Amino acid sequence: MKQIVTLLCLAFFVSVPMWLTDPYLLNALITTGIFIIGAMSLNLLLGFTGQLSLGHIAFFGIGAYVSALTSLGFDVPIHGDFHIVHVPWPPIVGFFLAIVISGFCGYLVGRLSFSVRGAYFVIVTISFAEVVRLVALNWVELTQGPLALTNIPSITIGLPGLGYLVLKTKFHNYYLVLAVAAISYFLISRLVHSHYGRAMRGLMENETLAVAVGINVTKTLTLAAVISAGIAGAAGSLYAHYIRIIDPDVFAFISTVTMVIMVVSGGKGSLAGPVVGGVIFGLLPVFLRPIMPPEAQWITYGVVLIVILFVMPRGIVPSLAAKLGLARAGGTRRASIAVSERTVEEHA
Amino acid sequence: MAETVLSIEHVAVHFGGLVAISDMNFHVNKGEIVSLIGPNGAGKTTAFNVMTGFLTPTKGAVKYCGADLKGKKPHEIADLGLIRTFQRTSVFPNDTVYDNVLIGLHRQGKLRLAEAILGLPRARASEKAQRARAAELVRWIGLEARANDLAGSLSYGEQRLVGVALALAAQPKMLLMDEPVSGMNASETHTFVQLIRKIRDSGVTILLVEHDMPMVMSVSDRIVVLNYGRIIAEGPPDDIRRNPAVIEAYLGQSAKDVVKEVAVHA
Repeated sequence: MKQIVTLLCLAFFVSVPMWLTDPYLLNALITTGIFIIGAMSLNLLLGFTGQLSLGHIAFFGIGAYVSALTSLGFDVPIHGDFHIVHVPWPPIVGFFLAIVISGFCGYLVGRLSFSVRGAYFVIVTISFAEVVRLVALNWVELTQGPLALTNIPSITIGLPGLGYLVLKTKFHNYYLVLAVAAISYFLISRLVHSHYGRAMRGLMENETLAVAVGINVTKTLTLAAVISAGIAGAAGSLYAHYIRIIDPDVFAFISTVTMVIMVVSGGKGSLAGPVVGGVIFGLLPVFLRPIMPPEAQWITYGVVLIVILFVMPRGIVPSLAAKLGLARAGGTRRASIAVSERTVEEHA
Repeated sequence: MAETVLSIEHVAVHFGGLVAISDMNFHVNKGEIVSLIGPNGAGKTTAFNVMTGFLTPTKGAVKYCGADLKGKKPHEIADLGLIRTFQRTSVFPNDTVYDNVLIGLHRQGKLRLAEAILGLPRARASEKAQRARAAELVRWIGLEARANDLAGSLSYGEQRLVGVALALAAQPKMLLMDEPVSGMNASETHTFVQLIRKIRDSGVTILLVEHDMPMVMSVSDRIVVLNYGRIIAEGPPDDIRRNPAVIEAYLGQSAKDVVKEVAVHA
């Protein structure tokens, strides 16, 4: 049942560019899709291990910069006449390097902070994002600082026997983003349904007990952080090659907040949650723009968020799944709530 | 002499100036059921925390199957087959009983990350085996009717059983149980005692911390009595029952006289 719904949704997303011709809406869908990938990666940490990363945009931004710099090349003076020179590589190499380097940063942050955890992790992630932003802003020789990296080439895919395909149009980029999103979704789904995912859930629910049955806390959480950061890095890379210009503003705190909103409203700990929350809060500003002035847009945005969380405190997907009696969504529903809902249904 | 599984050698635990355990020295042999008893605050749970690596002893050593556990983390100790249950938080409340046991099977399901994500044949086989084992354990513990209920919605006694199933899923060679029957009624306790014997008969050595004296007396091969952080008596249940130091610890000095008088008159 769940698989059929997932496949139907995928088929719908595949069909979109075939009937949607408005380039503005397609653009909105692509940027929203990129942020949904980021939100999915955040959900892996927040929803499946219970760790809140408030600096998640750092991994996204690192991915964007790594990918951009790999494909643009750079010439950075280190000391005296000593320069590090990098000649441009194909953007697709940048994409994979972005995943690896963001993942490595996730490893470092995880190693540093998970030995203490909780609020400490939140603070480390915020500080990390801020430090990375300052580096991007001030290391002008490498990043051009506020002048931004411009003319970032589009991703090119080599097709054996058919030459090269430059993913330059919105049509191409839509499918690229969709493909990366689908792969990320699949990867996270496999991970959380494996014994690694069970270890994460165990740690989130009752850490002492999880440790007592032999689950290695630091290892499990670090693994989640690495994969999460790697996927965020992939999203960042897509962003850089699609928008084709990046500046230190990609590290803006508000972007992390947007991702947290997508995850929490959609339902943290449910696979489809960030997708649903992402579609709503990614496209809401687009639909509000023609019908109301900018001030009213943000107020409406806030009101929608509050209403969703008020009506469905666990997020849209888990609440709907519980109402429709679908199979347990991701296994994170709160016992007390689930029980009380069941009682209500029995009384009704 | 029987093979020693766990030996506590001159362990002391100090929290700043407070002495929780002053000098603890005892051992558990393979296949035994040993109970650690003592009045509230005697240091029983502290002793458990030391044995399972949640606390580092100030002095002394804990040896398990001859190996010193010094510096080992709790999950590493669990990996050696020394598994504990908890007094209060014994389950993963938001998961079903079946999933609780699956999480407990963590030690058996170790796969490489790539295998797990790509769903390679070995991963599928391992997953299948784990699911079968989980179902078997749920049945063994007698909770198959509640297998798909959230553990947090179960009665207290049932949650205790889930805790035991979880611990058994981790394949213990030795099981440490922290007050397993507290809060259970008489008939639940009776069933539980049979369960403990069944676990022992399957080859698991058991160390209990428990307050329920009739239960301790009926199930234990040997009892170790702790008071004010030191061991005041050790022996089979019948000896402990008559030990004046134990009676004093539990009931106070005057009670000892009463018991003596009763003994004289009897």
